Amino acid sequence: MTIDLGRGLVLRNPVMTASGTFGYGEEYTDFVDLSQLGGIIVKGTTLNPREGNPYPRMAETPSGMLNCVGLQNKGVQYFIDTIYPRIKDFDTNVLLNLSGSTLEDYVKGAEMIDALDKIPAIELNVSCPNVKQGGMAFGVTCAGISQVVSEVRKIYHKHLMVKLSPNVTNIAEIALAAEAAGADSVSLINTLMGMAIDAERRKPKLSVVTGVGGISNATDAVEFMLAGASAIEIGTANFIDPAVSAKVAWGINEYCERHGFEKVTDLIGALEC
Amino acid sequence: MTKQIADFKLVEKRDFGRSVLLRLRSEQALPDIAPGQFVQVRVDGSPSTYLRRPISIHDVDFQQNKITLLVQQVGEGTRHLAAANLGDLINMVFPLGNGFTLPEKGENVLLVGGGIGIAPLFYFAKVLNDKGIKPTLLLGGKTESDLLRLADYQQLGETFVTTEDGSIGEKGFVTMHSVWQKQSFDKIYVCGPKPMMKAVAKLAAEKGVWCEVSLENLMACGLGACLCCVEDTEEGNVCVCKEGPVFNTRRLKW
Ligand SMILES: Cc1cc2nc3c(=O)[nH]c(=O)nc-3n(C[C@H](O)[C@H](O)[C@H](O)COP(=O)(O)OP(=O)(O)OC[C@H]3O[C@@H](n4cnc5c(N)ncnc54)[C@H](O)[C@@H]3O)c2cc1C
Ligand SMILES: Cc1cc2nc3c(=O)[nH]c(=O)nc-3n(C[C@H](O)[C@H](O)[C@H](O)COP(=O)(O)O)c2cc1C
Ligand code: FES
Repeated sequence: MTIDLGRGLVLRNPVMTASGTFGYGEEYTDFVDLSQLGGIIVKGTTLNPREGNPYPRMAETPSGMLNCVGLQNKGVQYFIDTIYPRIKDFDTNVLLNLSGSTLEDYVKGAEMIDALDKIPAIELNVSCPNVKQGGMAFGVTCAGISQVVSEVRKIYHKHLMVKLSPNVTNIAEIALAAEAAGADSVSLINTLMGMAIDAERRKPKLSVVTGVGGISNATDAVEFMLAGASAIEIGTANFIDPAVSAKVAWGINEYCERHGFEKVTDLIGALEC
Repeated sequence: MTKQIADFKLVEKRDFGRSVLLRLRSEQALPDIAPGQFVQVRVDGSPSTYLRRPISIHDVDFQQNKITLLVQQVGEGTRHLAAANLGDLINMVFPLGNGFTLPEKGENVLLVGGGIGIAPLFYFAKVLNDKGIKPTLLLGGKTESDLLRLADYQQLGETFVTTEDGSIGEKGFVTMHSVWQKQSFDKIYVCGPKPMMKAVAKLAAEKGVWCEVSLENLMACGLGACLCCVEDTEEGNVCVCKEGPVFNTRRLKW
């Protein structure tokens, strides 16, 4: 059932929990055996502490919610000193979601996390505004994404996943720029259709994609995988059913058995037209 | 305290007009539950209600695995809950939050409730009685019909009442009740609308009395994972769902 996303990040199954929706995993241990998950992506962390936005921070919609938490967190050093020791021995992959408002923030933060043995990957959140560029996010231009990814790549030696904002017109180009700059994989929110295709090889141009957005059951997850995702993240659905992540992992397994897929990796891009 | 997700069967329903009492029974044994803790209820069948709704634990019967809720209808979610029929299954995540700090035996304890904020005080008063502490209760509403289960509350301690229209008890707000002149308290616990809690907190501060309030911020996860429910405190933004909903007023920037 394992999935090798590259550069040492091997998932027991394709299911991860999305940053900001699963805390540090500790909040969910009464409901989910974390060893049943491929990985957990912990709260968005920045080099320096942030208070986040004032309350209220969310609005409900009929099918989900909008949030403006504003990356409240106590900073990378606090994570290393206080949280990491509590969660490092979880029997699953613990990925850290790293944000920044300057290039230096990303690089310094990634360097500090590189030293943590039990964090096999960073998910780089490039959707936050870059204060030195008039608040425009790194993730919205190819030049911006190339710069931040290549600088982080220089000092970060483990799996580098880049989470791309869906609010851009040319998501495929940006994803390819991230890969060219040294990203090992990308996580794409609500954007499987935006995937770039290599017509000659009849394959997606991107090698490793994690699908995110609106996944609340195994069928949703399988759809993402059939369309080319190697792994998936579950976000808001954790709020409705705190045990949903393990149920989805189990459901993907059951789907594979039912449809005669020997390995879960056989699902990836197996869409038949 | 171990948290559970469980389906509860609605076994008793009492209609109080705008509010409804729902007594719910689980197939599983209940975990420990502290007064002031709450449940997150999944609202089925309401197209516009996506998130669970936080509701205080109004009463617990550990022998029969029953949890009772007192729900006031304010929007789609609570309207759907109130429309549940006997025998319906209602899914809850519980027990959540910290609960009230238990007082010492011998302390004079005042529980102040306003509107639907009286809900968690019932289980709290019961637990206090079990510990040999008779609390004083001060309950307020706009009008007599807001004072749900008044006779039941009166069983749990000396109970004073205010209504804004004077239909029962003293006329006015809870902070205006004459009991404040006549008695003194060691600990005051408050749950109700924010302006009322602030007013009681101010009064308690003037008297130099220890005071806890139970906040009702909007919530998503209810587990301390999403940071949507924060309150601005002396230590910065803290989660109401996990570090609260009960806070000592000294911690708050009120
Ligand atoms: C810890 C906690 C314990 C609670 N205990 C109880 C209880 O025992 N009984 C009970 O009836 N209610 C209780 N509430 C409040 C209850 O959760 C809300 O009334 C409910 O979520 C409203 O859902 P709805 O879909 O009916 O209304 P919505 O459609 O979501 O809202 C209707 C209106 O009410 C306002 N509103 C909704 N929730 C809140 C809130 N938390 N604070 C301020 N305004 C709000 C909205 O802004 C809107 O104007 C509690 C809340 C918390 C956080
Ligand atoms: C309350 C909340 C907080 C979030 N915080 C972060 C964050 O810190 N970093 C990040 O990259 N994404 C964050 N996200 C986005 C989620 O990780 C996920 O990408 C998004 O919710 C879409 O997935 P979903 O449809 O399954 O919820 C947050 C989402 C929510 C609802
Ligand atoms: S509601 Fe998610 S942290 Fe409180």
